[in-house]
Amino acid sequence: MALDSDTQKFKYIGTRPDRPDGLDKVTGRARFGADFSMPGMLHGAILRSPHAHAKILKIDATKALALRGVKAVVTRADFPTGLTGEDWNIQENVMAGEKALYDGHAVAAVAATSQLIARDALKLIEVEYEVLRHVTDVDKAMADDAPVIREGAADYSVPEGMHPNIVRYMESGRGDLEAGFAAADLVLEQSYKTEAAHQGYIEPHACVGQLGADGKGELWCCTQGHWFVRQMCTAVLGLEATQLRVTPSEIGGGFGGKTTVFIDPVALALSRKANRPVKIVMSRSEVLRASGPTSSASMDIKMGMTRDGKITAASGTFRMQGGAFPGAPVDVTTMLAFANYDIADVHHIGFDVMTNRPKQAAYRAPGAPMGAFAVESMLDELCRQLGLDPIDTRLKNAVKEGTRATFGPKFPPVGLIETLEAAKAHPQYNTPLGPNQGRGVASGYWMNWGGETSASVAIGEDGTVQVSIGTPDIGGSRASMALMAAEAFGVPYDNVRVNIADTGTLGINEPTHGSRATFASGLATVEAAKEAIGKLCKRAADKWGIDAEAVTWEDGFAKPSGPNAGEFPPLSIAEIAAEMGSTGGPISGHFESSPDGFGGSFGTHIVDLEVDPETGRSTILRYLVVQDAGKAIHPAYVEGQFQGGAVQGIGWALNEEYIYGADGRLQNPIFLDYRVPVASDLPMIDTIIVEVPNPGHPYGVRGVGETGITPPLPAVANAVRDAIGVRMTQLPLTPPRVLAAIKGRG
Amino acid sequence: MSKIHVTTTVNGDEVEYLCDPRETLLDCLRDRVGLTGAKEGCGTGDCGACSVTLDGRLVCSCLVLGAEAEGKEVTTIEGMATGDTLHPLQRKFIEHAALQCGICTPGILIAAKALLEKNPDPTETEMRYWLAGNLCRCTGYDKIIRAVMDAAQEMREAS
Amino acid sequence: MRYHTPSSFEDATAIAARATGTTRYLAGGTDVLVQLRSDVVTPDDLIDVKHIPGVKDITQTDDGGWRIGVAVAGAEMTEHGGLGRDWPGIVEGMDLIGSTQVQGRATLTGNLCNGSPAADGVPALIAANATVTVTGPDGARDVAVEAIPAGPGKTTLAQGEMVTAVNIPARGKNGGDAYLRFIPRTEMDIAVVGCAVNLTVEGEKITGARVVLGAVAPTIRAVEDAARAIIGTTLDDAALNALDAAAQAACAPIDDKRGTIEFRTEVAGVLAKRAAKIAYARARGEAK
Repeated sequence: MALDSDTQKFKYIGTRPDRPDGLDKVTGRARFGADFSMPGMLHGAILRSPHAHAKILKIDATKALALRGVKAVVTRADFPTGLTGEDWNIQENVMAGEKALYDGHAVAAVAATSQLIARDALKLIEVEYEVLRHVTDVDKAMADDAPVIREGAADYSVPEGMHPNIVRYMESGRGDLEAGFAAADLVLEQSYKTEAAHQGYIEPHACVGQLGADGKGELWCCTQGHWFVRQMCTAVLGLEATQLRVTPSEIGGGFGGKTTVFIDPVALALSRKANRPVKIVMSRSEVLRASGPTSSASMDIKMGMTRDGKITAASGTFRMQGGAFPGAPVDVTTMLAFANYDIADVHHIGFDVMTNRPKQAAYRAPGAPMGAFAVESMLDELCRQLGLDPIDTRLKNAVKEGTRATFGPKFPPVGLIETLEAAKAHPQYNTPLGPNQGRGVASGYWMNWGGETSASVAIGEDGTVQVSIGTPDIGGSRASMALMAAEAFGVPYDNVRVNIADTGTLGINEPTHGSRATFASGLATVEAAKEAIGKLCKRAADKWGIDAEAVTWEDGFAKPSGPNAGEFPPLSIAEIAAEMGSTGGPISGHFESSPDGFGGSFGTHIVDLEVDPETGRSTILRYLVVQDAGKAIHPAYVEGQFQGGAVQGIGWALNEEYIYGADGRLQNPIFLDYRVPVASDLPMIDTIIVEVPNPGHPYGVRGVGETGITPPLPAVANAVRDAIGVRMTQLPLTPPRVLAAIKGRG
Repeated sequence: MSKIHVTTTVNGDEVEYLCDPRETLLDCLRDRVGLTGAKEGCGTGDCGACSVTLDGRLVCSCLVLGAEAEGKEVTTIEGMATGDTLHPLQRKFIEHAALQCGICTPGILIAAKALLEKNPDPTETEMRYWLAGNLCRCTGYDKIIRAVMDAAQEMREAS
Repeated sequence: MRYHTPSSFEDATAIAARATGTTRYLAGGTDVLVQLRSDVVTPDDLIDVKHIPGVKDITQTDDGGWRIGVAVAGAEMTEHGGLGRDWPGIVEGMDLIGSTQVQGRATLTGNLCNGSPAADGVPALIAANATVTVTGPDGARDVAVEAIPAGPGKTTLAQGEMVTAVNIPARGKNGGDAYLRFIPRTEMDIAVVGCAVNLTVEGEKITGARVVLGAVAPTIRAVEDAARAIIGTTLDDAALNALDAAAQAACAPIDDKRGTIEFRTEVAGVLAKRAAKIAYARARGEAK
């Protein structure tokens, strides 16, 4: 794929127009997941296990079914058997089979004529449990005496003799660790822990499903990826893929947590049984107990450094729990832990561990922030003990184009050095600090993703442009697509309409995940536009009686490509469109691929904070995000991604955590106690967009969504270290923990 | 179960509905009146996505019973623009890219409007504390605060 | 659930006295509706008191005290100039509860009757020696605020009884109060520790004091040793240290998701010192 941006002057890209869906979203008109209703619709509700681990001996729904208004009850018996692999995992997660595997695990569901009746009916379903021993901590789950979540869940990678809760094992590395550490002037070893965090999207999961006895269905839901929903629902219910049409609503945040299903197959199963559409909306406590938070991690890091700041060797062991199923993103953690740096001798070990917690789901750069917390904390400590500047030291070790990554391949052009230099030059880095204040620096990386992508563009009869993509707009991506289409066609931004197509109108699309939407759907939009432009040129060529090759497209007009082509007045897109019915029919362009030219994005953050020495509470004073966007299509939404990622990371670093009681129940399943940052907790979040163009995208785009959550965890911890003089190795840095550290209680 | 008949005013229009005594004002607005601009993010008054005003007072509609709206005046996001003309806050939110997913936006707009009616020239700190009950998970609040400040300035200059 | 809108306290208490199931009074609803929505408590009878005349009034009594109606919302207390001039600690305690939206609904009486040891509205009331009027089948009586809570989620009110007003004594001369709480964020949390201090001075010397701690024991408690530690002093460092020690000694907290025993105990001392300094400055007219 040729990179046009080095040579190209942009007319629309890089500007900040109003987003196309702005009016709908400031007037309450935009339809989110819970805003859909259907004629004849029933309301579903889900009965959830109060136990962390229990055998389900008996479910008796007789009394519930006798309640007036109740139309159907489903249990696992209403789902097909014989599934394997991840299909089985998802089925087991959306409706428990023989055992309830975590507090909040679905065990039955009811559909009734009102939400209140459905909730009343849940209380009438009698479930007999045999409570089993449970485990929620990753290290305890690996211990010999830990209760077994499920025998036989481990894959081929796990060496014999390990606990059955260890379901994947991985090792990777290169070089000679021993020699590397021997070459160091200082070698540090330390263990670190991070707690599970939730994506915390403000919109709970919601869907309306309709499924007939003929195996044909429709589903409206809030999701990051409706083809994923289709695949998962049809697999779980034993349907043919294309017989289920999934239409995405507007989506009220996802951050990775809406790339899978929790309630959708249940609504469809209820609908099939009741012969009516069924709506299910999760409550906030259901979201926190029974959707997919991220993993918690326990890590051991060893790093060596020379006196002048060169990292000589690094090794890490990463243990992560992903709930009661395989899938903790430890593969990504091991891959990215040391990826910022050029290290010859490096080794990683990873354990994917099951516990009695909900099945983890992706959360913004899944797996990366935990490793970054450990490694960037240790790097900071190495700098501190050797008296080195943390940015200069990072610059000395930073990867650049051609560096062989710690995970294998050579880096294409990347912007870590540029972000470090911009951070160093920012006034914040030299702003004097007061008493009890500290400054922390950290860098982070996300490799980004391409993924299966389909898009089409169609020319309207007036020459306006309709773009159909399959990646839901979660943060302004319609604006980015419209800008790229406007640029490609040379038509005004306002003449482009971007639609998020349902699964019945485009080929497969992966979700808006992996920081891929602006990259992959953008690329597909531009390529589809090129195809349509070829057709527009052909119509002009036919009209002029010349070869299509002799026509060029410029600023929304077809023109003869040079004097040899003949002299004809340029034809505008509107003129060609007005005649297209009689000149060969509708004009559109399509593009399908799995683009692999996604360029990774590096970022560097600086945080200044103050710790109250008497209470241990941290207040963020100043925050700077510097990140490589490749090319910022709509800079305001790029800044928004930087700021949002940083603040989610601040939350994870300071206060957000899953707290389980001794009974294995989640103690904080409401926003009162699951403490996401509020407006008064924060200062403005300063941003610098670095642009090192990605050669894999026609306009140089890199995904920017995920990198931003990776540096804050270590940056905040490093700043707290700077402020209180004690290194904290366990997140979150809650006031009780920080005060205990200040008082020397560790 | 017997339902309660409620007559109330929503965005200036008289509205009647029948509700179960357990239903919240949010439930009634969304399911009985058909106004889905107010959102349920938590159901416990912790996120502000359901913000409306009740007789001019900013409240979480999830913490008000539908039955309590009898004889009251309710204003929702659907009543914020005047015909085709957006409220300055609505316009500034679009201009400043102060929304990403947009689910918190109706509640924040209602809350910010209530602030500026009470205090046309709030400091950044006052604004942040006033809006502390409106969670936004996408933006980190930066552009929201800038949009409210800009709208406040425009409204002061216009008055 | 039956929803009632009585127009007098007599009618309200009569409904409650007749009730055979679970009864709740509805004022601001910021606790009742949360419990309802989460299926923790679904009352059989819900008695909305907001239709009773006078419940939204804040009135100054002839002796200079204040009477706060049971349906007065936090925001109305904050907006009321005179009350906050006399008793800034009481007003700021109430104001700390929840968001702006919650302030539009939540009431002092509700905060008290919810029975939480972490109630932000209550410590400053106890520090002020406030009382509540309790009305029941046998008529009305005044009860000290600190006699109402009976442990987490419990009160000493009998079935058919209800709080019908909060009575705050006259501020008098040379007095000041303050309330501080500790939360991990800046807003929206339940107090991990709360502390109210109310004191009077003569010149630089403290002549009377009440120190009240929240969230460090099953009920909010006045700590007499802590008050004694500062009475007769000028709130010098020795007095503050004694206050710190006395406050810590009075703590019997629990370890839970919001804080540890050690943390709560230490921070109780910290907040006692900080609140005392504010109350002292207010009593001396040096701060609002």
